[in-house]
Amino acid sequence: VNEAIALVALAAALTAAVARWRWAPDWIVAALGAVIVVAVGALSFHGARTALGRLGPTVGFLAALLVLADGCRRAGVFDALGHLMALGSHRRPRRLLAMVFLAAAGTTAVLSLDATIVLLTPIVFVTAARLPTSPRPHVYACSHLANSASLLLPVSNLTNLLAFAACGVSFTRFAALMVLPWLVAVAIEWVVLTRVFADDLRGTATGVGSVGADGERPHLPRFALAVVALTLAGFAVSSVLGIAPVWFATAGAVALTVQQPPASARDLAGAAEPAFLVFVLGLGVIVSAAGVNGLSSVVDSLLPHGSDLPALLAVAFVSAVLANLVNNLPATLIVVAVVSSSAPGAVLAMLIGVNVGPNLTYVGSLATLLWRRIVHAHDEDVDVGEFLKLGALTVPGTLVAATVGLWLALQVL
Amino acid sequence: MRALVWITEASWQACVDQARQLLPADAEVTILHVAASDVEQLAGHPGPGRLGRHRPPPPGPTVREISDAEARSLLEAAAERFGRGSQTVARRGRIEREVLEAADELPADVLMLARDGAPRRDPKSIGHFARFVVDHAGCPVLLVWGQQPPGPAEMRWPPHLR
Repeated sequence: VNEAIALVALAAALTAAVARWRWAPDWIVAALGAVIVVAVGALSFHGARTALGRLGPTVGFLAALLVLADGCRRAGVFDALGHLMALGSHRRPRRLLAMVFLAAAGTTAVLSLDATIVLLTPIVFVTAARLPTSPRPHVYACSHLANSASLLLPVSNLTNLLAFAACGVSFTRFAALMVLPWLVAVAIEWVVLTRVFADDLRGTATGVGSVGADGERPHLPRFALAVVALTLAGFAVSSVLGIAPVWFATAGAVALTVQQPPASARDLAGAAEPAFLVFVLGLGVIVSAAGVNGLSSVVDSLLPHGSDLPALLAVAFVSAVLANLVNNLPATLIVVAVVSSSAPGAVLAMLIGVNVGPNLTYVGSLATLLWRRIVHAHDEDVDVGEFLKLGALTVPGTLVAATVGLWLALQVL
Repeated sequence: MRALVWITEASWQACVDQARQLLPADAEVTILHVAASDVEQLAGHPGPGRLGRHRPPPPGPTVREISDAEARSLLEAAAERFGRGSQTVARRGRIEREVLEAADELPADVLMLARDGAPRRDPKSIGHFARFVVDHAGCPVLLVWGQQPPGPAEMRWPPHLR
């Protein structure tokens, strides 16, 4: 019975998140589900406290990163990136795509995939439209790199933060092990996107564009860039100094907030996405309950153990499949509880799966895609064909090549 | 004679120049631009896969407003370059479908467009969108090169015609 209650709570939270009902916001459903699994005894009070104690710092870290990224937006970092991309492109669409790759891979790695999706992608659209050139390859590049370029640092993706907290490697070792998989993933995106969109990337843009023609240097938000650089440097030395990386992120977020305060306290709170933080905490408790009631042993039996290449590949593929079945956040919570006891190799292979896997479908998971098709049958004109094609071309190869890259890094480091 | 001239960011100048040369002086010319709704959606409502996220888009003009403004300025520049009187139409949606529907609604006596593929004398010179439009158009189609046309020397005959 406890198992059934935990799974129902998990299904309800995920359904609410996908369906976005007005009368049942997902964060309330997740929080209510967490309360119910504890109330009925599916998870002991102590178990819930342990789960929250583990997730709390990670969620705080996420909030600091979200505020940091929003501070960068207010300081004009992304507008400046748009200017630099336009100038660097010399009106050639292919060069613009190269600039977009640099900007998107860098933004994703340093400020997390949310910054790329919410803050950089609209700027990229505008930059391409004003050149003028077809925004298609550039926008698709952003949305793909938001996932596949989120392998590098613990701060690049919430999934990484969750795994980072669980696997016990230092910030720099995480980055050192993931740099090769990250480069491999970005390289595969480049090869596939430049081929698929070859027609859009030919020639030189002519004419009416309003950006980059005047050759004027963009205003660089030096303070914000310095804060980001210092925050990164802080992450790098965090293990040497014995200070948790979350404090450097917090310091960076505070510095940007003080230097360029948001319009209102409401804006500041909004940037931290409190509803999402509650959702993550609720989901974490529900997944813990499902874990102790059998889900962990099922997943454990599906996953191979060990750090040899076939085992890592299997972990990456199972994680990618799971991410497409239930979305990558719950997939990470489920898998990380099982593999975190083994070597960090398995945790990082899982990250390759849950970070790259969502590129298979526009909406992040196959289940979400099917569900949205049912719920919003006609009210939206989402053309998923192109996205599915790009996903089929990039994801399988990236999973294999990036995992091989990780395995090589594990042999050397 | 009603002519519909479909322009894109990549080849609008070549397309408009050839429209001026090739279409009769008394043709009623309508210049069309289509904004791809799937790309706008990907850039402007980037939330569907982000489970549990509800953050409103950052302040400032929306992607759709920017897209509209850029389409307008492209059409204005095209009309000015065309020189003769012309109408302009901006549509949004699935590109190939919108072009065909615009031609049917006008209704156009001729649909003019530029190749959107490789600058070579082979089937790859017509990309995905132009291929669909050419294949499905219900009126005569005037297909021009979007850049300097490849000369006779660049024709590569397939083996059975050599």
